[in-house]
Amino acid sequence: MILNYGQALAQGLGQAMDHDPTVIVMGIGVDDHKSVFGSTEGILRRFGPDRIFDTPLAEAAMTGVAIGAALGGLKPVHIHIRADFLYLAMDQLLNLAAKWHYMFGEQSSVPIVVRAVIGRSWGQGAQHSQSLPSFFMHVPGIKVAMPTTPADAKGLLMAAIADPNPVILFEHRLLYYLKGDVPERPYETAIGPAVIRRAGKDLTIIANSYMAVEALKAAEFLETQNISVEIVDPVTLVPLDKETILKSVLKTKKALIIDTSWVTCGVSAEIAAMLAEDAFEALSCPVRRMGNQPVTCPVSKPLENEFYPSARKIAAAVLGMMGRETSGAAVGPLMSPFKGPF
Amino acid sequence: MKGIVDVSMASNLYRTMLRIRRVEEKISELYPSDRIQSPIHLSIGQEATAAGVCLAMDRTDRLYGTYRSHGIFIAKGGDLKKMFAELYARADGAAQGKGGSMHLVAPEVGLIGCSAIVASTIPVATGDALASARLGRKWVSVAFFGDGALDEGIFYESLNFAALKNLPVIFVCENNGLAVHSKVSSRHRRPNLYIYGEAMGVIGSRHDGNDVFDVYRTMTETIQSVRSGGAPVLLEFMTYRVKEHVGPGEDHQESYRDPVELAAAKASDPIRRAHRVLEELGITADQFDLWEEDIRKEIEEAVSFAEGSPFPDSDDLYRGVFKQPS
Repeated sequence: MILNYGQALAQGLGQAMDHDPTVIVMGIGVDDHKSVFGSTEGILRRFGPDRIFDTPLAEAAMTGVAIGAALGGLKPVHIHIRADFLYLAMDQLLNLAAKWHYMFGEQSSVPIVVRAVIGRSWGQGAQHSQSLPSFFMHVPGIKVAMPTTPADAKGLLMAAIADPNPVILFEHRLLYYLKGDVPERPYETAIGPAVIRRAGKDLTIIANSYMAVEALKAAEFLETQNISVEIVDPVTLVPLDKETILKSVLKTKKALIIDTSWVTCGVSAEIAAMLAEDAFEALSCPVRRMGNQPVTCPVSKPLENEFYPSARKIAAAVLGMMGRETSGAAVGPLMSPFKGPF
Repeated sequence: MKGIVDVSMASNLYRTMLRIRRVEEKISELYPSDRIQSPIHLSIGQEATAAGVCLAMDRTDRLYGTYRSHGIFIAKGGDLKKMFAELYARADGAAQGKGGSMHLVAPEVGLIGCSAIVASTIPVATGDALASARLGRKWVSVAFFGDGALDEGIFYESLNFAALKNLPVIFVCENNGLAVHSKVSSRHRRPNLYIYGEAMGVIGSRHDGNDVFDVYRTMTETIQSVRSGGAPVLLEFMTYRVKEHVGPGEDHQESYRDPVELAAAKASDPIRRAHRVLEELGITADQFDLWEEDIRKEIEEAVSFAEGSPFPDSDDLYRGVFKQPS
C-alpha cells in the first residue's frame, strides 16, 4: 500500500505493539493530536495510556527511565521530535545504554529504541536542524540507522524494536513528505545492509537519508549529461556495511560522500577514511565530501540554501570530478516546497 | 529494638556490616601490592546503610548503585568470590573483568548495575520501577547514591517522574557529607537534603545512617508502604566517610578535613554501636569470635579464588559490544 513516511512508522509501531505487549512508547508529545508528524497516529486509541505516554521535558532522566524500563523487561520506544534534544540525553545514552551490555559482562542488555527527527528548512535554525549520527557512531555500543524510504522506516523500526540492543533511528523531517509502497504485513528490515538506490558505472555517490533523495535527483540530471552514477545508501551506520560501499567504489573508481551534517569528524569523514584505507589504489581521483558548511545553521533562506548540500551542488561536484564543465548543472529543487509551521 | 528487629535479624545486620568492613580492610591491605589495578572507593564507616537497606529488601527487589558499592554488593547477597575476582579483573569476576570495582553487578540477587557517573542510575531505577508497575510485579526499585547526586539535575527530573507516575521506587541518599573533597555546605544553601523531593511529591525523611537497626526499620517500613502503592520516598541517611574519596588511605590531615571529625566518626562507628546492642541482647564474646573467624575464612577463600582465576583471553576484548539476537 502507498503510505507516507509517518504513516509507515505508525503502522510498524502498531504492529510491533500488537506482537509484543512489552513495547511502550514515550516522549514529549507522542500522544498529542499531532502525533509526531503522524508517526504515532492511532496508537493511544488502540493501546491506551499505559503503553504510550507524554513525558516531562526531561530528556536526560527520561532516557534513563527508558533504560531502566528496558532492564526491567519493557521495550521502550523513546521519541524526540528534534534530534537536537539528544544532546541533553548524551550521558544516559553514551555512558549507560551504550556500555551496559559490555561493562557488566554481558549479563543484561538495554533494548531501547530512540527515534529522533532531524529538522531542515523553513527556518529551523541553529537548534532545530541538527543531524547527530556521528556522535553515536564514535562510541561503541549503539546501533544507528537512518531510514530513507517509508518502507525502510517501517522495517527498520520493527527491526529496532526486536533488537536486544540500543538502536537510534534518525528520521529526516523532509522525508516525511515521501510516499512509497509499504508492505502491509509486519516485516523487519535488517539492521546493517546498505542499499543500492541506483545502479551506475562512472561514479559512486554515498549518501543516506534525505541526501540520498537529493543525490537521486542529481543522478537523473547527470544521466542527461551521459554520466552514470551509482548511489549507495548506507541506511545503517552502525554497523556500517563497508562491503557494499567498497564494492561499488572499486567498480566506479570515484567516490563522492554526502553527509546530512557537518563533514568534520562526521559520517562522511568515517567513510572517506575507510575508502582511503581499503580502496586507495583503485581510486582514479580523490574522494570528495559534501555536507553542511562549517558554520551554525542560519534561518535566512538564502543563507540556508548556501549552508546545505543540494541536488544542484551534488551535480556540479560530480561534473567536476568527471572533468566536465560545471556551470550547466541546472538542477531544480527536488521536493515541492512545503509550508511551515513544521 | 521494637518489633521488626529480633535477635536473629540483629545478628544478620551486624555480621553483614562486619563482612563489608573486613572485606574493605582486606582490599586496603592488598591494594599497595598492585594486584588490584583499578580505582577503589571504600565505604568504611558507612556499612550500616548498605546492610540496613539491603537486608530489608527482597532478593527480587531491584537495586542500583554507584562506584562506591562494595557494601551493597555484599549486603544484597552478591558472591564474594566473584567480587574479589572482579576487583582482580579476572575472567571469573562479577562482570568477567570488564567492570571492576566501580561497576559491580549481581543480577541473580537483584543488583542490576553500578555506575561511576554521579546520579546516573537514579532515573534507571525509576524506569525499572515503571517496568515493575506495568508488568504487575510487586518489586520495588532502590537507587543508592551519595549527597553529591543532589547537585545533579537528573536527580530532580527523576524524582518528578517517579512522583508523577507514583512508581515503586525508593531513593536512598547516603549523606557522608562529602562529594570527593567538597562539603555539602559548599554546594547547597539548604543542607537538609531529604526535603528536596517534597515539592515534587516524594516523601522525605532523615535518619541516623550509622544506626543499622534504625536504617533497617526505616527501610522495612518504607518498602511496605511503597510496595503497597504509597508514594515514592527519599531517605537521607547521615553517615561519614572515614577513608579518602578514592584509594585505601585516610586523609584527615588534608586541608578539607578535620581530625576532630575522625574522632567523632570513630565514636559513632556503626559496627561498634551495633556490637554494644548485641552484647546487651546476650551475644557472647565467643559468638563474636566465631563470626570473625567465619568471615576471615570466607575472605581468604574469595581472595585465593580471585588470585587463581585467569585473566580474560585477549579475544574477550571484542566480545559483548552488542548482544546477539536470540
